[in-house]
Amino acid sequence: MKNISHHIPDALMAAYVSGNLPHAYALVVATHISMCDTCRASHAAHASLGGVLLETGPERAVSTDLRGRVLDMLDAAPREQAPIRRAGIFPGPLMEAMNSTPPRWRPLGAGIRQSILHHENTSSVRLLYIPAGEAVPEHGHGGLELTLVLQGAFEDETGYFGVGDLEVADGDLDHQPVATGDVPCICLVATDEPLSFKRLLPRLLQPVFRI
Amino acid sequence: MLLEQIHSASTGKHDRATPVSSASLGEEIECDARSSVMDETICEATTLMLAVRDNRSKQAFASLFDHFAPRLKGFAIRSGVASGQAEDVVQDVMLAVWNKAHQFDPKRADVSGWIYQIARNRQIDLFRRSSRPVPEDLISEETETCDAEQIVGLEQEVSALRDALSRLKPSQRDLIEKAYLGELSHSEIRETTGIPLGTIKSRIRLGLERLRHDLRETTRR
Repeated sequence: MKNISHHIPDALMAAYVSGNLPHAYALVVATHISMCDTCRASHAAHASLGGVLLETGPERAVSTDLRGRVLDMLDAAPREQAPIRRAGIFPGPLMEAMNSTPPRWRPLGAGIRQSILHHENTSSVRLLYIPAGEAVPEHGHGGLELTLVLQGAFEDETGYFGVGDLEVADGDLDHQPVATGDVPCICLVATDEPLSFKRLLPRLLQPVFRI
Repeated sequence: MLLEQIHSASTGKHDRATPVSSASLGEEIECDARSSVMDETICEATTLMLAVRDNRSKQAFASLFDHFAPRLKGFAIRSGVASGQAEDVVQDVMLAVWNKAHQFDPKRADVSGWIYQIARNRQIDLFRRSSRPVPEDLISEETETCDAEQIVGLEQEVSALRDALSRLKPSQRDLIEKAYLGELSHSEIRETTGIPLGTIKSRIRLGLERLRHDLRETTRR
């Protein structure tokens, strides 16, 4: 984990800290922070800025019985559930999203597999498994796409991404990541496109036609 | 521009700040909320929070409640919670402060920042009825020592942050406030310039490295 070189940009971290990222992106950010001390520190720094705003903002008096009510509830307060911990290459928040079960891979062809973890109107998040040497399937994203490497590595026009690295791609980045190295590349990918891998098929057929 | 300064400051620190020297470890003091040394140097909120964490002091919690409840209520209302529900949020957040106290580490977070993050998380969980993904906490084996210098350093960074914020133009401060109240999208935040984080990241990073060092020491024993 010492060589993570692609981190969470400040604007994205501010959106995460303030709770204004769709669930899929928030999962990728929380997973990256779990792997990366630089971003753990950045996360705390952004929270401190939020803390200053909380501290210096206008106060609103609370009703007189609230204090007593809360104090009375302290002893009855339930113990926190034990947090879900990392298992293998999957950090805690990801394990939680996977319900602590191994990924249910669905084949996409060419040895590529995916496991969809969560999808809603505005975003979706999935695990992708790409054998070394294969290209990541094209997966149109009109807007933000976050890709976090959990195992192996990939390379594209913008650089090399190893374990823990996060690629932040905007809609206008036309990139073709290719898995490199000795082991399959496993990534956590959040996009704003619901589920479509429509454009995957033609791309996968390309090598077939070339043969 | 500010962000570039932050970046160079933090990477510079990062490169040379590997293992903590034994000399700096010698400066560590016993972590006791009632310690007179700490009373003189560490701010009141931190001392109270440590009393809640270590001694489960209800008195200290009540003081924190008196300080934070009206601020949390104001914050909730500004972020769009109906005033009728704002006190439910306050109650929920303050109970979470009590229940999550064992996670509080003054080397890595100041009390207000820590409570801010709990408040944002709880507010989302309450109203979206879904649990927000949060980072895995570091496994902190009851680190017995507590580095007052590091804590005070972090508090100084937070106070520098407060100054930086007060020096911003009102329109800029307004945008930052909107962002941290959760009213701006990621792309809208990207348009705003000058999130005044200063060197606080490298300070917290230092706290993390100390913690990692302590953890290694613990496992070696």
